[in-house]
Parts: sequence; C-alpha cells; structure tokens
Amino acid sequence: MRVFKTRIPVLETGAAWLLALLWLSPLLYAFWAAFHPAELATHFEPLAPLTLANFAKAWTYAPFPRHLLNTVILVTMILSAQLVLCTLAGYAFARFEFAGRDIAFGLVLVQLMVMPEVLIVENYRIMARLGLVDTILGIGLPYMASAFGIFLLRQTFKTVPRELEDAARVEGCGFLGVLLRVYVPLARPTYLAYGLVSVSYHWNNFLWPLVITNSIETRPLTVGLAIFGAPESGVDWAVISAGTIMAVSPLLVAFLLFQRQFMQSFMQAGIK
Amino acid sequence: MKHVYGWLLLTPAAILLVGFTHYPAAATLFDSFFSTGTAVRPSRFVGFGNYAALAEDPIFWQVLGNNLWFALGTIPTAMALAMVMALWVNQRLPARALVRMAYFTPTVLPMIAVANIWLFFYTPQIGLLDKLGALLFGAPSHNWLGDPDLVLPATMVMVVWKEAGFFMIFYLAALQSLPPELEEAAKIEGASRWYFFRRVTFPLLMPTTLFVLVNATINSFKLVDHLFILTKGGPDNASSLLLYYIYQVAFSFFDTAAAATLTVVLLVLLAVLAVAQFLLIERRVHYR
Repeated sequence: MRVFKTRIPVLETGAAWLLALLWLSPLLYAFWAAFHPAELATHFEPLAPLTLANFAKAWTYAPFPRHLLNTVILVTMILSAQLVLCTLAGYAFARFEFAGRDIAFGLVLVQLMVMPEVLIVENYRIMARLGLVDTILGIGLPYMASAFGIFLLRQTFKTVPRELEDAARVEGCGFLGVLLRVYVPLARPTYLAYGLVSVSYHWNNFLWPLVITNSIETRPLTVGLAIFGAPESGVDWAVISAGTIMAVSPLLVAFLLFQRQFMQSFMQAGIK
Repeated sequence: MKHVYGWLLLTPAAILLVGFTHYPAAATLFDSFFSTGTAVRPSRFVGFGNYAALAEDPIFWQVLGNNLWFALGTIPTAMALAMVMALWVNQRLPARALVRMAYFTPTVLPMIAVANIWLFFYTPQIGLLDKLGALLFGAPSHNWLGDPDLVLPATMVMVVWKEAGFFMIFYLAALQSLPPELEEAAKIEGASRWYFFRRVTFPLLMPTTLFVLVNATINSFKLVDHLFILTKGGPDNASSLLLYYIYQVAFSFFDTAAAATLTVVLLVLLAVLAVAQFLLIERRVHYR
C-alpha cells in the first residue's frame, strides 16, 4: 500500500535495534542466570554448559505447582464470571430503556478509576465479614463485575443492527435467545480482546491477592514469587531467576505465539 | 416490562459493583472521621482529627512528593521513548516485527517478576550495574537502592522500561491511521523528515499524547508492586508511594483510621484526574 514509505537511514536502524536489544536484555539475562550455575551469574562464558538444576531447586524450595494451580483457578474463575456478568449488564445498557439507566451507567464507570486495589483496607474488612479471607473466591470477587468489560460490551452490542434482532424475534427468540444467538456471536472479537487483557491482568496482579491471602493453598504465583524472591529468603540468584522464568513463561509463551492479538487487545483495552 | 428486564440483567453486576466499589468507598470516607478502635478504647467520632493528624505527618508529605517526582520522572520519558519506538516500527525497518516484540515484551511481564530481575542489577558490588560500571569506567560501587538520593530514580528507570512499550502501541495505532497522502505530499514538497515530524506528525499525535498522559498519570498512583521486592519503600521512605504507604499503615501498623484517611486522599486525587480526563478527552481536544 504505502509506496512512498522511505527506507530509514542506517544509523536509525542501528539505534532501533540497539534499543530493542537493551529492552530485551533484562529478560535475556534472567534466562542466562536461570540456565547456568550460580557462579556464572555475573561473568559470561558463552560456551558454559547449560543446567536445569536451578529449576529443580526452585521447584522444591517453593510450592510452585500449587501457586500455578491457584493462579489458573483464579484467572479462569474471574474470566468466566466476568463474561457472564458483563454480557448481561452490557446488553441491558445497550438495548434496554429503563429508569435510572444513565445514572447507573455513570456509577459503573466509577470503577474504571477506583479499582478494587485502591480500596484494600475496606475490602479486606468486607471479606473478613463474609468469611472469605484467604480464599481464592475472595481474591476474585471484587473483580468479577468489571466496569471495563461492561463498557466494552455495551459499545460492541450498540453496533449490532436492530434488523438482526427483529429477525430473530420473528423467528421466536425471547430476549435471552436474542442475546445468545445474535449479540454474543457477533461480539466474538471483543470477547477475545477482553479475555486476553483480563487473563494477563489477573495473572500479573499482586497487591490485592497479597493482602487477602495468607496460605500456600490460596496464594497465586505473583505472591508466591514475591515471598520466594525476597532478599530475606536467602535463596541464591540463579534459583530466583529460574523461579521467575517459571512464573512468567506461560503468559510469555502465549504472548510470543499471539503477539499481534495481544497488542491489539491491549490497545483496545486502553482506548476503550 | 423493559424496565424490569433491564434491571434484572443489571442486578448481578450491580450487586458486586456496589459491594466492592461504591460501598467500600463510602465506608472509607465514613471511617476517616473515626479513630482507630482498640480492645480497650472503642472507635469514636473525631471529626477532621485524622485529617489534621495526616497534615502533621511528615511521611505523608514525603510520600506524596515521591509520587509527584515518580510521575514527573517516568511519564514524559516513557512517552517520548514510546513515540520514538512507534515512529521506528511504523517504518520499513528490517526485522520490524522482532523489534516491536522486544519493545512490548516488558508490558506482559508481572511487575513482581520484573523487580526480581532488576533487583540483581542494582545489588551493590556483585550486581550487574556495578560490575559493568567497574569494568567500563572503573566506577566505584553504588548502593543504588540503599541511597535515598538514588533509590527513586533507580525505580523510575525500571518503570520507564516496563511502560514505554505499552504506550508505544497507542502511538502506533495513531500513526497507522494517519493518511499516507500527507507523507507523499511532504515528500513532493521536499520537506525533511524532521520538519515533517515537527510540523505534521507531532501535532496530529496530540490527542493520543493527551490520552496517554492522563492514563499514565492515573496509573502512576497504582504502580507499587515493585516496592515490595526492591525497597519496601525505604530507605527512610525515600522510594515509598502513596498506595504503598496505605498498605503499610493498614497492614503493618494496623492504624485503619489513618489508612482510611490516606485512601480518601488517593480517591480525591483520582477523582480530580477523572475530571481532567473528561475535560481533555471526552470533549476531544483536536488539532485545528
């Protein structure tokens, strides 16, 4: 398409590559440290033999499998609840006229600014009252009704032509049938984008899970990693690197495989 | 009937939103007017007492100042880098996809993992930064995270690294939506690339810049995860930020009234930013 695109000067190409290398280097360095004995963490021998010993140690020092399981349960639970709740609410805002709708929508948008982690003090108290402290449900509950999801789906549903809905109604669909047969299938790209952003967000989320959990059985990967990597823990550098690599690799692999989709989703999420 | 259906559909989400956003926000405001209750002395109404105490708290002012420096230090740098990155990967750069991936990768990593890696760079003597400094310049060892003057800038460098790639995608999207005729016209007129950037591209990116600016500012109040690994807010609160201080006051010092008061301050700051966002973006500041 862009016939006129100029080829950029060599110097700039070099600078762009150098910056890219610089940007990748912390991660590359973590890989180096994780696959080599601790003595090699600060001096580089290109031909040094690789080892998996650090991974084996990290695996036994900290209950990584349990943390990984917790994170997977957490992320799945949050996403499935979000999909249901935000679909219903987004549909209500997009296609129903009801008293107080605009005010209600304004109140929903408040959560875009005031995320649950800002209210850790009071939310902890609420969870204590509900008996949900130190449960995976307690970590996930404040995030399930996501203002961002509601907003995104409302915008998407609004672009669906009314004629399609009318046609479905003629065929005998009720209002839930219309939602499931017309709106949801047409919003598939939005669901995909939202799902990616939600999974990445909660895979990486730390502050609220830290506050609300206090046992191995509930702590997600980030919290486990923070305890494991704390300087007090006395674990050596190579093992911490191995642990860090293990914790980030599922998401990192997903990103490398679906790069374009990830970037587009993050962008859509930001722009709203 | 439509009224009923509308509310029925909304109810499940509304209950959770009210329960974990609106109610706690209101309860926080309410709590900020009461003292912290203990077993011996129950909580009682103190009016603006907690706010007066907060105004006297030097750590509060220090932390607020840190937040300001943190925002001033990270946002413009990360945005300028993001713009340069976007301009580069929007061109016919060899290995463009790889370069774009490199810029964006820090965004998908959890801050905890990132801080684990960077902690080793900053470790005095055995850390990578000191080793490199000694090797290349014979520089003396620095205690990067132990020196009150160095610690905040050190965390800021890491945050710039983490955030720039995220901002880049917004500039990239904006650049790709610019009509290619502009560049063609400029070329026919013989305009230099710098001139074209300064007079055409940069002004046309202004709405994106404002958008990123506001969102980055809001974000800067929520970025605290790295402190748990790198510094615990120290030394002497030199790297602490408002949300981290709230966490400490609530869960280390168990002073819930002070924590509620601090949270109200944070909520007010976020509300001001929300209004700014509305004025700047919803009304669409367009380049004329």
